[in-house]
Amino acid sequence: MITTQRSPNGGSGLHSPRSPSSQPPFLSVSVTDPAKMGNGVQAYISYKVITKTNFPEYQGSEKIVIRRYSDFVWLRDRLFEKYKGIFIPPLPEKNTVEKFRFSAEFIEMRRQALDTFVNRIALHHELQQSDDLRTFLQADEQTMERARSQDTGIFKKKPSDLMQIFWGVQSKVTDVVLGKEKPVEESNPEYEKFKKYISELEDNLAEAQKHAYRLVKRHRELGQSLADFGKAIKLLGACEGNALGTAFSEVGAKSEMLSIKLQREAHHLLMNFEEPLKDYVRAVQSIKGTIAERANAFRQQCELAETIKLKEIDLNKLRLMRSEKMLDAEHEYEELKSQGEEATKRFDTIVRLMNEEIVRFQDQRTQELGRAFHEFAKGQARLANAIADAWRSLIPKLDSLSVS
Amino acid sequence: MMGFENQGSDEAQLYASREELESLVLDDDDDNNNSGNGNGSGSNPLFRSNGGANGDDSQYHHHPLSPSFAEISTTEDDDPLLSSPSGYKNPTSFNSFLEPPSYADAVFRSFDGDRGKQINGDGVVSSSSPSSSSDYLKISVTDPQKEQDLNNSLVPGGNSFVTYLITTWTNLPEFNGTEFSVRRRFKDVVTLSDRLSESYRGYFIPLRPDKSVVESQVMQKQEFVEQRRIGLEKYLRKLAAHPVIRRSEELRAFLQVQGKLPLLKTTDVASRMIDGAVKLPKQLFGESVVSAAVDPDEVVQPAKGGRDLLRMFKELRQSVTNDWGGTKPPVVEEDKEFLEKRKKLQDFEQELTNVSQQAESLVKAQQDMGETLGQLGLAFVKLTKFESEEAKFNSQKVRAADMKNVATSAVKASRLYRELNAQTVRHLDKLHEYLGVMLTVNNAYSDRSNALLTVQTLLSELSNLSFRIEKLEAAASKVFGGDRSRVKKIEELKETMRVTDEAKNRAVREYERIKENNKMELERLDKERHDDFFSMLKGFVVNQAGYAEKMATVWATVANETSGYAKSS
Repeated sequence: MITTQRSPNGGSGLHSPRSPSSQPPFLSVSVTDPAKMGNGVQAYISYKVITKTNFPEYQGSEKIVIRRYSDFVWLRDRLFEKYKGIFIPPLPEKNTVEKFRFSAEFIEMRRQALDTFVNRIALHHELQQSDDLRTFLQADEQTMERARSQDTGIFKKKPSDLMQIFWGVQSKVTDVVLGKEKPVEESNPEYEKFKKYISELEDNLAEAQKHAYRLVKRHRELGQSLADFGKAIKLLGACEGNALGTAFSEVGAKSEMLSIKLQREAHHLLMNFEEPLKDYVRAVQSIKGTIAERANAFRQQCELAETIKLKEIDLNKLRLMRSEKMLDAEHEYEELKSQGEEATKRFDTIVRLMNEEIVRFQDQRTQELGRAFHEFAKGQARLANAIADAWRSLIPKLDSLSVS
Repeated sequence: MMGFENQGSDEAQLYASREELESLVLDDDDDNNNSGNGNGSGSNPLFRSNGGANGDDSQYHHHPLSPSFAEISTTEDDDPLLSSPSGYKNPTSFNSFLEPPSYADAVFRSFDGDRGKQINGDGVVSSSSPSSSSDYLKISVTDPQKEQDLNNSLVPGGNSFVTYLITTWTNLPEFNGTEFSVRRRFKDVVTLSDRLSESYRGYFIPLRPDKSVVESQVMQKQEFVEQRRIGLEKYLRKLAAHPVIRRSEELRAFLQVQGKLPLLKTTDVASRMIDGAVKLPKQLFGESVVSAAVDPDEVVQPAKGGRDLLRMFKELRQSVTNDWGGTKPPVVEEDKEFLEKRKKLQDFEQELTNVSQQAESLVKAQQDMGETLGQLGLAFVKLTKFESEEAKFNSQKVRAADMKNVATSAVKASRLYRELNAQTVRHLDKLHEYLGVMLTVNNAYSDRSNALLTVQTLLSELSNLSFRIEKLEAAASKVFGGDRSRVKKIEELKETMRVTDEAKNRAVREYERIKENNKMELERLDKERHDDFFSMLKGFVVNQAGYAEKMATVWATVANETSGYAKSS
């Protein structure tokens, strides 16, 4: 649960004049209490979303609603649609493997990811103002369901995919008309570098995450084999009987104890190291979506510019001919020009926002990755110390048994 | 046996050197790949080649990789930790660098004070050394050579075999000399083993290496020869470690007598069968008095197939009577203590098998853990390089530095796991060894059962003979004036009975002797088992503790360096 503060001091930093209290504005959200609802194929998990805030737009200072995964998807899609240029926080994947859908671990991982998701939105100075966010955090279940079902079809697909298709068709036609085959792209070397960086980053991160996941598995396997080994050696001790038998039993008992610690560390590793890495990968993938949006906006801008140019040529021809069509043509020309301005504005906004976002992204990632590393190292150190202590404590006992 | 503490200073040196090596791993792959071996106390070649460090002693105790934070944000170009991207270019060379065999050997071997044993695995096989420490009998098997068998080859120039050079160093009096060598082939080893089994019934005699079925085909392969050489060496050393067998004449002859091995060759099974089949009719139809009786000399050996077919039949019949007959056999295994001990050993063997299997799984899991840690480390190294190349933002540089720490630590931890595992294998190998020992115990118990069976058979025969004599005497007395043929028969039987009685006495003596041997060996085994397993457990535990501590140190450093990121809530 993370609290967001717009400004540290009470009065002067406030953007909203309507805030009556002297307390700085805050919006704090938490996703908790996963519960299984329904039966059979229709079954799903619902989560409690608790909002504490003093934003004036929100009704009351505390609100609890029940949401399910598809509600979060709805929120993300709306934000992606409305806030082009901003890196929208990623969502955990939809799990299609039936077996794991309701495993405790999976549910906990998802809950954690959803909590992170909402909090990142609440922390973002632009996104936190979103109406859709407010709906998500406050609306009752029926309203939410209605909103969700309204967006079937067009927003079920990933927005970036859809946009690609939409504009792909348009641009193909225009290209053919204008005699061009290649789609237009920005010629911005810095931006090109960035795109390349994002693509490679995704690959490298994915590999690291893969190994992190394997490491979790290895911990589990080592834990299991220690448990089996401990049990077997205890049986050996039982049939031996004397001091040697006791020694065997002691070693066996320690093995079993350490096996439990290993399982615990495996879980800790999963939640605090592997998941953050996976989250990082998702975030990078989400950025790719924004990159696609920018490309679309750029293309739109270019195409309109081309169309305007052609229209201008047409118009001048008509002017020379003093045709009656001239007035209509002028009208269209003006419309196209204003459309062109809007397209340019949209594109420029995206570029501006992206530049800010990139800085924010890098900072945030360093923090979050740093935390993940810290947890990883802490966990490993803790485990290693526990193992060392357990075995060390056995040595004097073994010594005394061996001479008895 | 607190070897660990004493090695503290050694280790600090070695550990610091390893840190240096790891940093080299990440700095310049190119030159110093194999200098890791020469980490003597004086020379610090690693320091000199490491960009920034100049053999400064303070570097020893200061973690060379920790100052990255400050360094990176200021002078990125000069920072030795980030320079030389050439080191990263080829990830596969990376991997090979992490496996330098010379380095692995140079590292301290184990914590459990077994260093003397480990470093020169000569001579001593089990941890309990022979009774008087000044006696020694060291054997080595080397130099396999191919030779031609000129006598028996059906195919000219076809029958070749391998001989090994067996070198012995000893100060035992029965050997004339302190150092000598002979050449022996595998067949000689089989002969030695068989003769020992005959002479030392009841003893726990180490098992010789297996014969290979497809010998001549496989023999060309170098691997097979090497494996066999190792097997022979282990076997001879085990014989040398056995307090009774090491003084045997058979072993001495094997080790010392030049030229042909002067031990009675083991005749192959086929010719023995033929032998026995020829003799059988005579024996069955009782052609002569003497050959009908069991040769007293032979009772001291178990009935072997072939020559002793008749004896085998008799003993088989006896054992069936023992098992299924209504009456109790004349002599039984009465020694309760022996029976209890045997049952206990059988249980022990069963559990030991189980532990041995789980130990294998444990070793595999440790190995996998080390591997994955290494791969994770490498993935992060790649990421580090990636993030620091053309880093636009300070946050990226910071992140790259963090990543590098984690990567290095993961690689270190991976190495530690691999070393831990090598030691674990060494310790837990004791389990496998004892499974082999259990087999020798079973053999010794078989000797005992066989001897007992021989006694029982002879006793049955005696009572049988006595019964027949009675009957004949009763029948003969009824005939008036004597019955010459019957009387003659009676005398023959009485003579047979006398011989059989003598055989029985010898068989009983042999049985008692074997029982005594069993007892002695059991005591010896118990003591050795006690010592060996305690040393195994301690070694295992100390090892686990030691390596865990090292890993804890590695990770604690990283945890400290990243503590600034710790969540406040």
